[in-house]
Amino acid sequence: MIARALKLPRLRFNGLVGGIVVAMLLFIAIAGPWLAPYDPLKLDLMSRLKGPSPAHLLGADEFGRDVLSRLMYGARTSAWIAFSTVAFAIFFGVIVGVLAGFLRGWTDRILMTFNDALLAFPGLLLALGFMAVFGASRNGIIIALGLAYLPVVVRVVRGAVLSIREREFVEASRVMGNSEIITMARHVLPNCVAPITVLATTMFGWIILSESALSFLGLGVPPPAPSWGNMLATARPYISQSPHLIILPGLCISITLLGVNMLGDAIRDRLDPKMQS
Amino acid sequence: MTPQSDVPSPILEVDDLSVQIGPAGNKVVDGLSFSIAPGDMLALVGESGSGKTMAARAVLGLLPPPLIVTPDSSIRFRDTELTRLPPAAMRKIRGARIGMVFQEPMVSLNPSMTVGDQMAEGLLLHQRLGKAEIRDRCLAMLERIRIHEPTKCLAAFPHEFSGGMRQRIMLASVMLLKPDLLIADEPTTALDTLVQRDVLDLMVELTTENQTSVLLISHDLGMVSHYVRNVVVMHKGVAVEQGESTQVLQGPKHEYTKRLVDALPRRSAGGARADRAGEPLIELRDIVIDYPGRDGLFKKTAGKRAVHGVDLTIGKGETLALVGASGSGKTTLGRAIVGLVQPTSGAITFRGQSLLDQGAAAQRREMQIIFQDPYSSLDPRQRVEDIVAEPLKLYPTMDRRQRAERVKEVFSEVGLGPEFARRLPHQLSGGQRQRVAIARAIVRRPAFVVADEPVSALDMTVQKQILKLIRSLQERHGFACLFVSHDLGAVEQVADRVAVMENGRIVEVGARDEVFDAPKHEYTKRLLDAAMLLDRKFAGVQAVKAKAVAV
Repeated sequence: MIARALKLPRLRFNGLVGGIVVAMLLFIAIAGPWLAPYDPLKLDLMSRLKGPSPAHLLGADEFGRDVLSRLMYGARTSAWIAFSTVAFAIFFGVIVGVLAGFLRGWTDRILMTFNDALLAFPGLLLALGFMAVFGASRNGIIIALGLAYLPVVVRVVRGAVLSIREREFVEASRVMGNSEIITMARHVLPNCVAPITVLATTMFGWIILSESALSFLGLGVPPPAPSWGNMLATARPYISQSPHLIILPGLCISITLLGVNMLGDAIRDRLDPKMQS
Repeated sequence: MTPQSDVPSPILEVDDLSVQIGPAGNKVVDGLSFSIAPGDMLALVGESGSGKTMAARAVLGLLPPPLIVTPDSSIRFRDTELTRLPPAAMRKIRGARIGMVFQEPMVSLNPSMTVGDQMAEGLLLHQRLGKAEIRDRCLAMLERIRIHEPTKCLAAFPHEFSGGMRQRIMLASVMLLKPDLLIADEPTTALDTLVQRDVLDLMVELTTENQTSVLLISHDLGMVSHYVRNVVVMHKGVAVEQGESTQVLQGPKHEYTKRLVDALPRRSAGGARADRAGEPLIELRDIVIDYPGRDGLFKKTAGKRAVHGVDLTIGKGETLALVGASGSGKTTLGRAIVGLVQPTSGAITFRGQSLLDQGAAAQRREMQIIFQDPYSSLDPRQRVEDIVAEPLKLYPTMDRRQRAERVKEVFSEVGLGPEFARRLPHQLSGGQRQRVAIARAIVRRPAFVVADEPVSALDMTVQKQILKLIRSLQERHGFACLFVSHDLGAVEQVADRVAVMENGRIVEVGARDEVFDAPKHEYTKRLLDAAMLLDRKFAGVQAVKAKAVAV
């Protein structure tokens, strides 16, 4: 609707808004320490649970820590976790999925049996299990969530590869004399990009939410370091007293998800050769 | 408009029908008028993009969204004006009184419903009948269309049937409602020659019995002239010519109709080129190809033997056509030669050297393949010049400049201007895509090319151009070609020799004229009989057979 009012094509509107949101997120994540008005760990018991005021623009939390500063530092943690986890899951998921889909036979059977066994557990449960192994640290979370979401990526990539490998241009590449690896890299993989992009942006959302769920269970980013997830989690007892403690990190998560999904849509359309003239 | 069939009041009268893309858009159908008398057949003939399908859909009120019928168009069915009918009333007519058969039998039946349920669907919707009665009618209809074990068929799912069978079932379920008008949109285009004949014969039989009128939509003027008395030839949304099919075929008046008639398959002048089979390029000895069975979760599916011991020789520079119905193993055999399928046993030699050994890669590079479907044989993400240049990357002796030159040269050989170089496949038409596929196949100057149904996905006039192109390239570069096809018309135009394949065996091999004029094997005779080729004695003139087309 807004896009129509601005007379922008849907694609460009998505790309524009999504791009701005993601760019802002990245900027805050990188420049947060310099922008933040306070040290996010500094206690100020006088302004405990206070709402927005000139001293604390977005209020203060149960220990009187400045919410704005915590959100900025939290952006850094959350963005880092989400991006790294998506990169981790996509990277290994594509390798495994392409191998399974392209080589078929026993490779496929063994990989997929293992993969389907993992897929049977809810992602969060799996992540909890891995957390028990890796410990509650930032890298621990990345590996645990990455492994937990890996089976989904493998499934999607394998499906895309299976449908593309039957197309005749793949056979044409074989008749040309290209090796299987070149055929895979040049003709199969690039045509799987669209579903992978969609999955990656969707996963971004899942991971931010999973991270808050883990924090809620006390297995996320260990306090007192801020992340959007653990801010949400620790604010729960004060929900009626100081709703801004829940609303603000929640809003950050929603806006980020919206932006990432819009950008993902735009990227997917951009990568579709049919959308280019 | 059609005075010869005006005697009884027409069942369908289309007057000045125009279909537009949106209220202000281009017209895809422009001022089309025709009428069909009760029990009569009329054909709309044209190539893809001519608007023939949209005209038919307009009759049913099934135009895809941006398209609309212009307000001054009129479609009268009996005494009802269809263009102004509310949707609910239209639904009562659709199916019950106007039936439709679609082109793709593979997708027009719901794969998750049994044949019985699908046949019953229309009856349930439009007639008040008991379960037993519906079942009886379905069974009677299946018996009528000569399907084995009709009771079993009712409980079977569509995937258990071949394309031809599905199309018969589709036809049966539409005719079950005894509609007044049947719209058949390219009902046999996706089918083999033999099956095509069966399905069309059945359609004529069923509609004649029920006094159903038929609006047949087709791109194949030759086929149409066998069955239909009146044709309307469409080109770019406009009816360029209409009249009796024999007259249109014999004396086309409009420029476009002339081109269309001209594109009908006809034997190339001067007969086959001199028999060059003297020097064999490729020899197949006793080739057997099995498809492995699958180890399912609960049962093992048995393997299937696709090719049973085939011997075949392809000479240098000759075109050998491999002809047969789908499932005869002809495509499998072609793929085995280029190495896409491994034969179970037997020997393939290329210039006397075995191709089945390790290290035949160098020989393989002298062979190429052109696929049937130009929409799936080009990588959608590659630009045309990259597609054509790719095979040269495996040519170590050429440097960058030589490659670029070769690509340019091949572009002009296949008749693509330099402006196509930077385009993506989806920006090209079917014929242009097939030219790119041909360019890719010949860019390494191969000694042998397999052409797997290279024209069957294309329009008639484009088919003709592509066949000409293949032939002229062959003359220039002297590569041998295995031309795999079920289309005898195309084969007649390009082949030097013809091999006929049935159920994995080659039943007849011979020079083209021998096979076409004096077929020895029973199967070849049937195939030729069904092919509805133009009568060869009078160039381009087809006498309408005595086939009873009821008036």
